[in-house]
Amino acid sequence: MKEGRPRSFYVLAIFFAAYTLFLYGPMIAIYVLSFQGPQGGLTFPMNGVSTFWLQKLFQGTGIVDLGAAFRRSLLLGVIVMVVTVVLSVAAGMAFRRKFKAQSILFYSAIASLIVPSIITSLGISLEFRIIDDLIKAHWNENFETSMGLLTSGLGAHLTWTLPFGLLIMFAIFNRFDPRLEEAARDLGATPWQAFRHVVLPIILPSVIGIGLFGFTLSWDELARSSQAIGAVNTLPLDLQGLTTTVTNPDIYALGTIISAVSFAVITLALGTIHMLNKRQAAKGSDAGKGLV
Amino acid sequence: MDTSEDIVQQPSPDLVRGSETARPVKAARLSPSFISWLQAGPMMLVFLAFFLIPLVFVVIVSFWDYNEYQLLPTFSGRGYTDTFEGCIAQLPDLCTIGRTYVKTLKLCIMVWAITLFIGFWVAYFLAFHVKSKTWQMGLSLLCTIPFWTSNVIRMIAWIPLLGRNGLVNSGLVKSGLINQPLEWLLFSEFSVVLALVHLFTFFMVVPIFNSMVRIDKSLIEAAYDAGATGFQTLVNVIIPLAKPGIVIGSIFVITIVMGDFITIGVMGGQQIASAGKIIETRVNALQFPAAAANAVILLIITFLIITMMSRIVDIKKEL
Repeated sequence: MKEGRPRSFYVLAIFFAAYTLFLYGPMIAIYVLSFQGPQGGLTFPMNGVSTFWLQKLFQGTGIVDLGAAFRRSLLLGVIVMVVTVVLSVAAGMAFRRKFKAQSILFYSAIASLIVPSIITSLGISLEFRIIDDLIKAHWNENFETSMGLLTSGLGAHLTWTLPFGLLIMFAIFNRFDPRLEEAARDLGATPWQAFRHVVLPIILPSVIGIGLFGFTLSWDELARSSQAIGAVNTLPLDLQGLTTTVTNPDIYALGTIISAVSFAVITLALGTIHMLNKRQAAKGSDAGKGLV
Repeated sequence: MDTSEDIVQQPSPDLVRGSETARPVKAARLSPSFISWLQAGPMMLVFLAFFLIPLVFVVIVSFWDYNEYQLLPTFSGRGYTDTFEGCIAQLPDLCTIGRTYVKTLKLCIMVWAITLFIGFWVAYFLAFHVKSKTWQMGLSLLCTIPFWTSNVIRMIAWIPLLGRNGLVNSGLVKSGLINQPLEWLLFSEFSVVLALVHLFTFFMVVPIFNSMVRIDKSLIEAAYDAGATGFQTLVNVIIPLAKPGIVIGSIFVITIVMGDFITIGVMGGQQIASAGKIIETRVNALQFPAAAANAVILLIITFLIITMMSRIVDIKKEL
């Protein structure tokens, strides 16, 4: 006979539901409000339903050049994602055996995660300013700046995404059976073959998870970009700028667009992970098959 | 191919032992420590170039001089003296920096207490009451998805609810509970704490949940069998075993709030001072040494808090 649920279950289930509502309720409110009628304001009730504000955003009649910011953020997000995945997987593999400087790398990653973003951001901006001054003083007087989206900006984002990537790799290898790889090597696989055909297929779902963190954290990053991005703005920086000035719903429309990209990426990643897991469950792992 | 799969599924002890003697010969081309350097080196370089060296520059520049528009690379304590200006003269009253830190710590403690309470019970529900793995996975995902979306959007999402004409105010006025809209709902300390809790409870849920799922369920049954009440089990078994997660979550939340300037800026209507906000203000005024000095102070205080907390738990063992 099945035991009934204790009363604490129902209390906590309601608590959990309330927390979920608290998490999602406000977000849903602005998605709805971005479909305000042309006369609509920043709050409920809705004044008609239209795509006026979303269209206005796409026509570029808004306050900032959103198209350019959108492309910049997308480019940076994709690069951050790729670099995060590659460097995290590589470093994760290194942590499977002892090496010197292991604890230095580990503590750097943890420190990078918890040192307040504004300090990291300020430090990067000082570093690049000093580099600029050196170049101007010694090589080229007309030099503008080495700060930019793909130099200081990329570095700032990586200090935020790499620790997550490394921690996910630790979680993966905590429950990874090293005998699979050893078996492959005994059968004559080179280290690279063992990685490519045995290890990678098994960890691939989690690696996609690292990519998901890499892209979404970069796409929405604000605090570290604030001082380190250089002359141009990313989309979240533009959005933050709007919070102090805007009085009509185009800020919600922009929020909805940014979120739509996030949700598209989340859905794509989770869908792929689900598909890979199902395939692994159905066919067993690919381990060994690629060694022929 | 078939044989290889058999081996994968049933590794015999002989094979595993054999591999250990055979490997050094195969890998003789590249030494293992060299491979480790190749694998870990790139990440180390990124942290060196964009985290460790910048931190060194923050400390160095905090001792430089400055004027209205540029850095002067000569030794000076001006960044610090400017920051603590009037602190001795105004005693026993607190000077600006003192007041700001007290305020930031107050925000920190409030947000910490609330996120800990919510995070603990959400994690408890997921770990102990949700029995099916699929549901556990799905509900954890539900808690994680907002973390992958924009913080600024999740902040401005409160405007239509808390604003002067927002849902909460109009609801309260209509129901006759209040005559005038409440002004303190938005752009106030209240909205700052609310938004910080909204954004960062996630950092509490994940580590606490991780600690809780590792707890051996038979320990809890044993406690009940020995006659412990639900409350006694919670206090004497679950909380001590979940302590590592609680400490790690607390470190995350406290360091985030200590350094926060965006949430406090947007939700406080740019009117509330905080430790992080001082740094931003100084940077915007191009007073980099003063900004760096403030960053060093913030870093020291954050470091002290973390050291105190990590006395309670060995972080490295828990990850």
